[in-house]
Amino acid sequence: MAGASDAQATRGSGRRARIGAWIEARLPVNKFYQSQLLDYYAPKNFNIWYFFGSLALVALVLQLASGIFLAMFYKPDGVIDAEGLSGAYRSVEYIMREVDGGWLIRYLHSTGGSLFFIVVYLHMFRGFLYGSYKKPRELLWIVGVMVYLALMAEAFFGYVLPWGNMSYWGAQVIVNLFGVIPWIGPDLIDWIRGDYSIADATLNRFFALHVVAVPLILLALVFVHLWALRTVGSNNPDGIEIKEKKGADGKPLDGIPFHPYYTVKDVVGVGVFGLVFASIVFFMPTLGGLFLEGANFEPANQLSTPEHIAPVWYFTPYYAILRAVPDKLAGAGLMGAAVLLIAFLPWLDRSPVKSIRYRPKFWGFALMAFAVSFCGLGYLGMQPAEGTYVLMARILGGVYFAFFLLMPLYTRNEKTKPVPQRVTFHA
Amino acid sequence: MLKRAIIVLMFAAAAAAFGEDNPNQKCIDSLGVADAEVANTTSLQKGARNFANYCLGCHSLGFMRWNRVATDLNLTDDQLQQSLNFTGSKVHDYIKSTMPAKDAVEWFGRAPPDLTLITRAKGPDYVYRFLKGFYQDPSRPTGANNLVLDLAAMPAVLSDLQGMQKLDTHAVIDPSTGKTKSRPCDRIVLATPGRMSASDYDVFVHDTVNFLTYIGEPIKAKRESMGVIVVLFLLVFTIFAYLLKKEYWKDVR
Repeated sequence: MAGASDAQATRGSGRRARIGAWIEARLPVNKFYQSQLLDYYAPKNFNIWYFFGSLALVALVLQLASGIFLAMFYKPDGVIDAEGLSGAYRSVEYIMREVDGGWLIRYLHSTGGSLFFIVVYLHMFRGFLYGSYKKPRELLWIVGVMVYLALMAEAFFGYVLPWGNMSYWGAQVIVNLFGVIPWIGPDLIDWIRGDYSIADATLNRFFALHVVAVPLILLALVFVHLWALRTVGSNNPDGIEIKEKKGADGKPLDGIPFHPYYTVKDVVGVGVFGLVFASIVFFMPTLGGLFLEGANFEPANQLSTPEHIAPVWYFTPYYAILRAVPDKLAGAGLMGAAVLLIAFLPWLDRSPVKSIRYRPKFWGFALMAFAVSFCGLGYLGMQPAEGTYVLMARILGGVYFAFFLLMPLYTRNEKTKPVPQRVTFHA
Repeated sequence: MLKRAIIVLMFAAAAAAFGEDNPNQKCIDSLGVADAEVANTTSLQKGARNFANYCLGCHSLGFMRWNRVATDLNLTDDQLQQSLNFTGSKVHDYIKSTMPAKDAVEWFGRAPPDLTLITRAKGPDYVYRFLKGFYQDPSRPTGANNLVLDLAAMPAVLSDLQGMQKLDTHAVIDPSTGKTKSRPCDRIVLATPGRMSASDYDVFVHDTVNFLTYIGEPIKAKRESMGVIVVLFLLVFTIFAYLLKKEYWKDVR
């Protein structure tokens, strides 16, 4: 490997080559490029589900870039003036109306937030389908779940910033969740808010967390996620370890260099993602109230509670679980458990086989039930918590937890199909 | 099987919820929809005129500047100042009503809301139906109530144009007490005619709501025309990216 990078570094002639060698001796850029892209072998049988990892990275970069520009004009000022408006709310409308291209930046950021979650959910479900959490990828999976948690925190803080009425009341509901913790709850709430109600102090700290603290954590976790990925290598739709079948040259027989093969392929994914993204940003930026809720165009008002307080769609599955339980503490506990259970998948799933392709029908059925329960809960979380809706949330919540908690039982003695030696690939 | 059962149950839940909706929903639906068309500049100009004449006395558009409206609606500053801006403010000022908020609270019980974002918060159809939904209600201090916003503080200021409507209702008897439980609306009818015919008033409200929809998001028309170019570009980009990918992947067997 060292030989190849030296050859690369000294390619060309004269002064340019000398400058290249000078840099390489001090900072091995070429070596890094060589080892991370050219000598990194990925399975050649990736299907459509394998686009979402790179798309998540694209979404992250886009959020950072658009976020920086928004922060140039946004003011984290939550004090309500005589007209009933805050500096934060005013600054958002200022961005939408008076900053050149401000509307575009804001729609990119608001749409990007939702699409980030869509991409991440699909990326995670890919893991369910092909057993990407199984040995040797347990830590990769857990770090991924931590990325997901950080992303949820980031989204929540970001949602509060426009200081619309749904921002305000959403913050109220979520922060009050901490109040159910025995003994320290009420004091903890005051500590989080920095005031005796959701107020200017809360907005200021949420802004700091949204633009500095959580993005740093997110970037660090994404780095570790990629680091772990490069160490164990990608799984694939067949769930076969390509490193176990190497050619005479020591390269995996079923692997291809990440660059150029997957870089050019991922660019196609970025193109399609861009089309979806642009269609929303330019033609339906609120997506019928799903990405930007109507009630959040009204300024934060302590005296007027929105008719239905509902978080943005990506939190609604957990919100439905929270509201399905009559006891607040139990509800909050179950909501947290619903998220954290995902991290335990590597140990809950006892099947020796990774991919759904070689697992029995029942696993497919269980996975389907899980997907339906998650989407169903997502729908119910947007509806008022009354009557049939609560009953439905209880049933689907039961399905959701049964999927995880009964998994050791129903996967223990699975009748799996024989897993082939080599990946399935049709050129 | 379970999946199918769940889907059926979900539809049942949705149907049950819709059944419990506003008992006046049929009347509200009969008021029609806004059909906002923010690219129709003529309609926007008429809407701006309607707003200046009938709404601006009480309602502000506090996030919108007068000259932005003039630019977007193809008006000169002179036309703007002569025929729209009766508030005496400068062309670059925000569109503010001159009514003092303190007096308003005394007169109406609450200050009339700023309408810059009303169509974004409630949707154009809501505003359209609100402006068509006033009806006689002697129990209200203003003598009028509204179908879409019960106990609205706003008087029926457009009744001069629309005329005054009344509700045809029927009594729903509570079987346990034998008393009237509620009086849902069967239809909304014109009791006394106004200066405009029903269809002229529809156009009037349509133009006004169209203008408010534009005010809610002044960039909307440009956003959509820009979007066509962006999507076309991305389409071409994706096609070429795909061809490039195919070319590279020829070697992979």
